[in-house]
Amino acid sequence: MTALTGNPRALAGRLGKPRKATYWVLAVFVLGSLFPFYWSFLVASRDNGMLTERVPPLLPGGNFFANAARVFDTVPFWKALANSVIVSGTVTLTTVLFSSLAGFAFAKLRFRGRNGLFVFIVVTLAVPTQLGIIPLFIAMSKLGWAGGLQAVIVPNLVTAFGVFWMRQYTVDAVPHELIEAARVDGCSMIRIFWNVCLPAVRPAAAILAMFTFMMSWNDFLWPLVVLDVGNPTVQVALEKLQSGYYVDYSLVLAGTTLAAIPILIVFLLLGRQIVAGIMQGAVKG
Amino acid sequence: MTVAGKIAPEHPAEVRRPAPRPGFRDRLARWDVKVSPYLYVAPFFIVFGIVGLFPLLYTAYVSLFHWKAGDDDPDFIGLDNFKELFADAQFWHALENTVSIFLLSSVPQLIIAVGLAALLTTGIRGATGWRVGVLLPYAASLVALGIIFANLFGPKYGLVNGLLQTVGLSPVDWQANRLASHVAIAIMVNWRWTGYNALIVLAAMQAIPRELHEAALIDGAGPARRFRHITLPLLKPTLIFVTITSTIGGLQIFTEPKLFDAMPGSNNGGSTHQFQTVTLYLYQTAFENFDLGYASAIAWLLFLIIVLIALVNYLLTGRLARTPGRKK
Repeated sequence: MTALTGNPRALAGRLGKPRKATYWVLAVFVLGSLFPFYWSFLVASRDNGMLTERVPPLLPGGNFFANAARVFDTVPFWKALANSVIVSGTVTLTTVLFSSLAGFAFAKLRFRGRNGLFVFIVVTLAVPTQLGIIPLFIAMSKLGWAGGLQAVIVPNLVTAFGVFWMRQYTVDAVPHELIEAARVDGCSMIRIFWNVCLPAVRPAAAILAMFTFMMSWNDFLWPLVVLDVGNPTVQVALEKLQSGYYVDYSLVLAGTTLAAIPILIVFLLLGRQIVAGIMQGAVKG
Repeated sequence: MTVAGKIAPEHPAEVRRPAPRPGFRDRLARWDVKVSPYLYVAPFFIVFGIVGLFPLLYTAYVSLFHWKAGDDDPDFIGLDNFKELFADAQFWHALENTVSIFLLSSVPQLIIAVGLAALLTTGIRGATGWRVGVLLPYAASLVALGIIFANLFGPKYGLVNGLLQTVGLSPVDWQANRLASHVAIAIMVNWRWTGYNALIVLAAMQAIPRELHEAALIDGAGPARRFRHITLPLLKPTLIFVTITSTIGGLQIFTEPKLFDAMPGSNNGGSTHQFQTVTLYLYQTAFENFDLGYASAIAWLLFLIIVLIALVNYLLTGRLARTPGRKK
């Protein structure tokens, strides 16, 4: 309706001008996102009496450290933290290493069956591994691994998503000429991978590492099945805190706050890259 | 095929020699080129074989037995587990719950995600900061979330009911009422995933050529019309992708209903299984009742349902991807 000149700047202004309301809506959304974290901290820093009050207090109390101390008395929380660090750390390292290696092979090396194998990997993305927990549990019991951390680590050493992700990135990031030059110089394959490919795919590897760490840290079903109460990961320990006839919410929510702190710090430090990774994955995938 | 074969020999004399025996180093290098790729892709196939393929087949095998955990000599009963499963009201009830929770979460989630993406694409100041803020719940652990939301939606002292009463509404028993429990669990799911999906949609929105919007603007189309006639049609493939991923996730939902129970640690999904999902029922059958054979039958039926839905989605996507208009 309105007559517009072809002035590009005017057009850009009309297309891309955010209104004040946009900021308000986004602010409300982000505050809503934060609220459950805040609520959990609120209860954790007071005592259970607060939950029976009609109008709950909106500011934290002073009991957080007392409640946190009780968490460490109730479940082996230090051990759980250490276990989670070991499991997530190992899984992240191996997933990034094996996915980069496989991605390098699929993107840059020629071998018989390459395409078929890659299609197979993409198809397996659709297989829900959750459904295999029963035989996996039987297998782990027979191996004598049930209860041990290796039972959580080994099934997650490498993922189809990781291989797919690294292959997509490697295709564009590593020039063929560089690989050929290295080969003419007499480099072995593994040195080419290590010295030529890996440095070039570092950004994608970093994103994969962050995702894998977050997923592994928050994984619940399989660790719950295969680990026992005495040797839990953080998530399993949290669930154990909550089980029982009487739920002590100050205690339980102190636990959830403690467990959320490391991952929130990681997220706030690396949020920028995580966002970039999701957006990149969305366009490529 | 390989570069190694094409390299010119350094000394012409070597060419004249009839059949030069390749030295140890050459053979090693050739072997390296040939075998390395397989070594590099092997870890995935080994791990997938152990945790993907073997379990899938072995689950099928176990489902043919009356197999109690710890039982050394399970009885072969053929397809009896499946027959029983088809007549099992609790399974169908759980499937209904799963689909209901899935619909209650996916539909509003997608609508809000598209809206959020539209807001985020308007060239706001501090765009990255807003994106990180929107994504924040994605970092939360499901267990922590489950516990926090169970507390917020508590029937007696929960904050949500407190707010409802403050504005003069009657409180809702979020755990006892079937639909209310589904709504509460769906809110939990949405809280975690909406921002994530918004970013995926946002990425697709930014790939839409700006000229299209400019042309429409010159023709006098307002923001609403441009959104309907340009943005939405071009987003279709992405929306379908997001739908497929949330379908596969939604059909396996486990942690949220497990932690939402008023009896913590229970796998019932409420006193009358009102919010027990299929995966929770599967878990209960296997690790509370130790009936591994029957649980395996549940796993396979759920797997077939997921494959079926994924296939329908795939055909739908294929059809839509062929429609012209999207420039890759």
